[in-house]
Amino acid sequence: MMGVVTPTRIYVPCDAAALSVGADAVARAIAAEASARNLHVEIIRNGSRGALWLEPMVEIGHAGNRIAYGPVAAKDVPGLFDANFIKGGAHPLALGPVEDLDWLKRQQRLTFERVGVTDPLSMDDYRSHGGLAGLRAALALSSQQIVQAVKDSGLRGRGGAGFPTGIKWQTVHDAVGARKYIVCNADEGDSGTFADRMLMEGDPFTLIEGMVIAGIAVGASRGYIYLRSEYPHAFRTLQRAIRIAEAEGVIGASVLGSAQAFHLEVRLGAGAYICGEETSLLESLEGKRGIVRAKPPLPALEGLFGKPTIVNNVLSLAAVPYILAHGGAAYANYGMGRSRGTLPVQLGGNIKRGGLIELAFGISLREIIEDFGGGTRSGRPIRAVQVGGPLGAYLTAAQLDTAMDYEALAAIKAMLGHGGIVVFDDSIDMAKMAKFAFEFCVAESCGKCTPCRIGSTRGVETVQKIIDGKAREKNLAVLADLCTLMTDASLCAMGGLTPLPVMSALTHFPEDFGLALPRVAAE
Amino acid sequence: MSDLHHASHSEWDSVAAQAIIARHLVLEGPMLPILHALQEHFGFVPAESVALIADALNLSRAEVLGTITFYHEFRSTTPPARVVKLCRAEACRAQGCEDVVAALDRSHGIHPDRPTADLAIETVYCLGNCALGPSAMVGEELFGRVDAARLAEICGLETV
Repeated sequence: MMGVVTPTRIYVPCDAAALSVGADAVARAIAAEASARNLHVEIIRNGSRGALWLEPMVEIGHAGNRIAYGPVAAKDVPGLFDANFIKGGAHPLALGPVEDLDWLKRQQRLTFERVGVTDPLSMDDYRSHGGLAGLRAALALSSQQIVQAVKDSGLRGRGGAGFPTGIKWQTVHDAVGARKYIVCNADEGDSGTFADRMLMEGDPFTLIEGMVIAGIAVGASRGYIYLRSEYPHAFRTLQRAIRIAEAEGVIGASVLGSAQAFHLEVRLGAGAYICGEETSLLESLEGKRGIVRAKPPLPALEGLFGKPTIVNNVLSLAAVPYILAHGGAAYANYGMGRSRGTLPVQLGGNIKRGGLIELAFGISLREIIEDFGGGTRSGRPIRAVQVGGPLGAYLTAAQLDTAMDYEALAAIKAMLGHGGIVVFDDSIDMAKMAKFAFEFCVAESCGKCTPCRIGSTRGVETVQKIIDGKAREKNLAVLADLCTLMTDASLCAMGGLTPLPVMSALTHFPEDFGLALPRVAAE
Repeated sequence: MSDLHHASHSEWDSVAAQAIIARHLVLEGPMLPILHALQEHFGFVPAESVALIADALNLSRAEVLGTITFYHEFRSTTPPARVVKLCRAEACRAQGCEDVVAALDRSHGIHPDRPTADLAIETVYCLGNCALGPSAMVGEELFGRVDAARLAEICGLETV
């Protein structure tokens, strides 16, 4: 005498980070165990909540709540069933209701609002969690009003350069051209960053919606997502999401029944870090070597195939639906100074509790690393922190009270970049990291400009000489000169910013280069 | 021999190559999609395909070859039987990936700088798994928290 039983919903993330620690095996074990016990369950593969140290984090839909368990290994699954976890039963891995997790409670999730909550490929889920509200609002506005909303939001490019997004959009809006393009830079190559990936895998429709809105704002009917080939999971998710969005009339010949058309394709890169630089990316999309272009002309005026083009980072475009749905002022309400809105911070490296933390600009590095992150995973003291990817500066433990803000970081000769934070403990050799910064530049330079192409190789040699103690004073002078030259004369940020990690390592950690400690530190 | 290792890849076949190229000509900027498709089919981008691509896209062979060689991902020769991508960028270094590399060299004499026909550990810079490193990838499978024993296992090596 069994009635119709609503299946218990069990959420197991499909995010690549969760998969890397066994989420698929956990999902399989849950399915097998439920079947063996004759229990009716529905397994939903959601995105990740971003508490990556708890992955695979399994959630149970129970009595209107989502109860979390983690980190779950496949071998834990029978025990979880024994503990009746599908009714929220007690178990050593139980974390309580997800909403009550301190990690999530303290965040301000605007862009990542739905990531981890919904089924990434369910348009119904997307709609019922506020999706498409921004696009609907945009369709009721003039193109200039859309651009104005983005300007009002204060949104700055999240890829690293921090250029005001609304001004870029205005330029493309005003440019004359029968054909314009929206290009999403999803070549997230910076070590220590994974927010783009998580967004694309966990809520791809938000990115698609942002791109459609951009298209309507500037009069572009075609968009490309340039995705790095190291992200096969994101590639598959995006391809499926685009097909679903087409079938649902969100993109295609008529956007939500309007006269606007928007066609979208995802294209794969091929393992070149430099293709994250916007002009190199455009060359690559056109089918050429990813060689950096000289600017001007700006891509906004002569971009893809010489046409006016918006090139925006994933996070910039994904912030747009919120801005249009709630208004520019609502977004600008968050943040400090000239850094408005929220920043999805990515905390990685040697860290106890790493993952994605979306917060208004202005929180200090220390709060993120210590309060959210809990210090190093190794338990040893923090020695260095690199902010903003491989071209970002190394900071010392004493500098962690700096706020996460474009200007505050620039004031200490550092940069925010794409919001990645990599923590190192006291076992790190900073001279090796300085040399690695040059080695990375050797491997990834496009080769167009001499300071970057040649300077990187000379840099590797010079740092090695300093480490070896060969004519140290002279080689320090050579290194300083080389870094000045690369900073001033490189065509793009690759050669122009490589000196940042190098010189910050040398300045803050001279003892690793065989030099005397700076007097301040020695006192 | 190599057929055993590359059962999923095909011998050179100009008709198949031409069909792959033709299929992509409707795209704007079809070069990279063509190269990816050829590599998926053949395991690498065969030298014989360069002239075919040049012809189809109205480019010089130098432009095609220049594009292929620019990107780390495209191969010009048969790949080793097993390719393991290992991240050696900053976040994975902070989590000891260089110790893992050194340990594998000591235990098995295998190092990213010394690929063989059977196994290549390829250095890559970032797999986007920076909070759960060191990270490695085989095909499309991503591995986190990779220590020396796990890397040996991923490489299909016997535990020493």
